[in-house]
Amino acid sequence: MTEFLQQLINGISLGSIYALIALGYTMVYGVLRFINFAHSDVFMLGAFVGYYAVRKWGIPAGGVAGGLLVLCLAMSICALIGILIERLAYRPLRGRPTLSVLITAIGVSLLLQNLGQSIFGANPKAFPRLFPEANLHLGQLSITSNQLLVIAVSLILLVALHFIVHRTKTGTAMRALSFNATASSLVGINNDRIISFTFGLGSALAGAGGILYAMNYPSIDPLMGTMPGLKAFVAAVLGGVGSLPGAALGGLLIGLIETFVAGTGWSTYRDAVAFAILILILLLRPAGLLGKSRSDKV
Amino acid sequence: MKRFLFNPLPFSSLLAAVCLSFTGCKPADSGGGPQDTGPGANTGKIRVGEYASMTGGEAAFGQSSHKGTQLAFEEVNKSGGVLGRQIEHLLEDTQSKQGESATISKKFISRDKVVALLGEVASGRSLEAAPFCQEARIPMISPSSTNPKVTEMGDYIFRVCFTDPFQGRLLAEFAQKTLKARRVAILSDTASAYSVGLAKYFKDPFVAGGGQVVLEQKYSGKDKDFKAQLTAIKAANPEAICVPGYYTEAGLIVAQARQLGINVPLFGGDGWEAPQLIEIAGGKALENTYYSTHYSSENTDPQVQSFVAAFKARYNGETPDAMAALGYDSARVLADAIKRAGSTEGPKLRDAIAATKDFPCVTGRTTLDASRNASKSAVILTVKDNRFKYVETISP
Repeated sequence: MTEFLQQLINGISLGSIYALIALGYTMVYGVLRFINFAHSDVFMLGAFVGYYAVRKWGIPAGGVAGGLLVLCLAMSICALIGILIERLAYRPLRGRPTLSVLITAIGVSLLLQNLGQSIFGANPKAFPRLFPEANLHLGQLSITSNQLLVIAVSLILLVALHFIVHRTKTGTAMRALSFNATASSLVGINNDRIISFTFGLGSALAGAGGILYAMNYPSIDPLMGTMPGLKAFVAAVLGGVGSLPGAALGGLLIGLIETFVAGTGWSTYRDAVAFAILILILLLRPAGLLGKSRSDKV
Repeated sequence: MKRFLFNPLPFSSLLAAVCLSFTGCKPADSGGGPQDTGPGANTGKIRVGEYASMTGGEAAFGQSSHKGTQLAFEEVNKSGGVLGRQIEHLLEDTQSKQGESATISKKFISRDKVVALLGEVASGRSLEAAPFCQEARIPMISPSSTNPKVTEMGDYIFRVCFTDPFQGRLLAEFAQKTLKARRVAILSDTASAYSVGLAKYFKDPFVAGGGQVVLEQKYSGKDKDFKAQLTAIKAANPEAICVPGYYTEAGLIVAQARQLGINVPLFGGDGWEAPQLIEIAGGKALENTYYSTHYSSENTDPQVQSFVAAFKARYNGETPDAMAALGYDSARVLADAIKRAGSTEGPKLRDAIAATKDFPCVTGRTTLDASRNASKSAVILTVKDNRFKYVETISP
């Protein structure tokens, strides 16, 4: 029983990180109808901003204030990078087939990975401690303050996103744009601004995800985004791509399934199971658990 | 929505295509044309090719090892070279990736016309290059590949370090005698030949000596989360945990084990030997962990101390680790063999390397046996106050 509960804690904390990345995927998809594969590399950049902020730019780490400062810095720099990527790579393709944009996204992803390898170096680096760390023990169970932080930040960001999308003017514009881009521009919405905002927001989430991931697994390298990015992609599809609660649910489920698979001696099948789920969900319920299916106009 | 079905496929195949197109088209390190300095010519420089993981997951090993070989060849060249000729030391990076070593070894042999190859640190990548060296009759000396299969690839393949069966036996003995552990769990990396091998060579003598392996868990290289496996291990209640992997994962495993409240000793092999281990895991988590390795810089032997001094002088006060020492030794064994062979022809050089006897290496006196392995002693290190500390020496 203790083992089961401990695995539950492990799974939820891993799943929260997937959820955080999946939120970014799903938001961009919701508005633009394409998967931004460069998202997982913005995630990697977030971790490296944290690394350089502490190791090179001299921001004091280890305290709550310093840690929050680094987190905010990573989120804002990643938001800027996200907006820049959209402006340079995706905007020129506005109105072109989704496939062209998708392939461009893969190109941007490879560009960031290889730039990262030449600028940061390909060697794994040890990520500094950002926040004061403690191990909490509840009888036989244990959880670290970092794990709690990941769960808390993911929850807060999920609620904040839900608020932005459903309760603010910008959010209404995002939803209008997602529904029909031509009609939304007819009623006076500046589509380009809304899309930039969406990318900024999504990339800020990726930056936060990168920092939180690196805090829990303090070894970072320029290819670190690939695996969590793919898992988060599976999570987004599982939950129903385009649905915010769906992304969170999908992330948690993937985290839990992976943990239980690995904990029962099938650890080598961990990734295989995650991707088998992707195939199954696409075959059986292509709209995902919480997604609404919407027929494409032909 | 249906079209979505196809998205992941073009993504992965494109990725594979782009990755493939990046390999094998790197410019050579060498400048001059190979024709005038080939092994047949008796003038000009003697070319030696080294391939090492200078970047990627095992970069700390490759870089250390390379610093060792570089220092050794510089010393040889400063004292007049061998056979009156200087040694030209070429380097290629395997990026810690499977598949690179084969390409690099072919390039070294056919384009650069090297007389011998040095490398790799990781057994998996040495195994890739060995068949090409064997076929071309160019000797290859691995500084630190410990998997027994490496030298079984053929009679042109040598190593200057001990092997995993020895290291595994030693770890089993250490677990039983020093740690007094009867119940041990193993967490190994299925993606590395080294880790799979060492886990097996530890398990067999450990069980034969009356120990019990309570649980075997696996991970695959580049994983970051080990809490699921460690939670299962914790429930099995072992007295010690054997982690025969490389430092990047070993560091994360140790940190996560301590977070889960696992306070029993963890131990592993020479794959742990890198300063990054302490950076990743943190010095506190690493207390009560041990690993076996090839040498300790704290050894008071005058030869070791003069090597440590020379290394520090050459590389800004950096203390050489075992990989650096083995890199240094592999280069010196090769230089000595070229001298004794009086020639750089493959078969003659091979015979000279095979005849290496009682050669004074910084990792101990080295004799290459009939199966081209070095038999030598090992040391056990631990971590105290953020530093590696010597525990004991175990002889074969």
